[in-house]
Amino acid sequence: MTLDLVIFLISSVVAVFGATMMITQRNPIASVLFMILSLLAQAVLYIQLGALFMGAVLVIVYAGAILVLFLFVIMLLNLRGHESLGQPSPPISLTIKYALAVLFVLELIMVVKSSFSSDLFADAGSPGVMVMQTDTFGAANDVAVLLFQRYLYPFELTSILLLVAVVGAVILAHRSRDDDGPVDAASSGESEGKAAE
Amino acid sequence: MIPISAYLVVAAVLFGIGTVGVLTSRNLIIVFMSVELMLNAGNLVLIAFSRALNVLDGHVFVFLVLTVAAAEAAVGLAMLITLYRNRETVNIDRFDLLKW
Repeated sequence: MTLDLVIFLISSVVAVFGATMMITQRNPIASVLFMILSLLAQAVLYIQLGALFMGAVLVIVYAGAILVLFLFVIMLLNLRGHESLGQPSPPISLTIKYALAVLFVLELIMVVKSSFSSDLFADAGSPGVMVMQTDTFGAANDVAVLLFQRYLYPFELTSILLLVAVVGAVILAHRSRDDDGPVDAASSGESEGKAAE
Repeated sequence: MIPISAYLVVAAVLFGIGTVGVLTSRNLIIVFMSVELMLNAGNLVLIAFSRALNVLDGHVFVFLVLTVAAAEAAVGLAMLITLYRNRETVNIDRFDLLKW
């Protein structure tokens, strides 16, 4: 067993474990913390695949910003995990859902297996074998060159997307229950204006 | 050297766990995080293929997907706060106004 394989096995097991615990926890705070564990393990996988910059971005943006936003909302709504979530689904419905998910994963694995028996990736050497990389593959420098040259327009468009998201989030969350009348009318007028644009 | 198919299988399993979370969870926040997990499984596939084919374009796609996920999280959580204000619950079965 090489060191590469050990790192891969540990981090993929931790990623799957964190994800499983994430969906089974009742307390949403524990759920978010397990999601962060899973993301950190996925960042290790990224770095192992040579994506140094994207691994750092995953930790900084996802674990550092998006999941903190989740924690913040949980704190704001004061969810402690013992809210009534109503009747649990009937077992037959649960069974169907799990069966669907398992079938789906099996199907994906079959696709992975069958693709690598064909010569789909013939120009990348023998199927399923990675090409040897240079040391700087995936460094911030190379990603930046690609991002600001070939993918400049998509990159600039994401800034508009983020602007729209900020405006939308503020309009949605700002509406207060106490003074519904004028604030509501103003914000709905604004959102209609945005939609018309 | 680990074959790319190993990474693809890990991504498939993570995506499947995300699917189970979306289908079975009754807490809106956990459903939302499961969607994020599915996005991340897709990102892992992009990174793995980027490595296997020795092109960096996959990294740029992951960057764009992360941006979209951040925007989606911001708007989605704002909608969640609004829903909670109106219905006082995060139980997803209670939001059934459009259900036949």
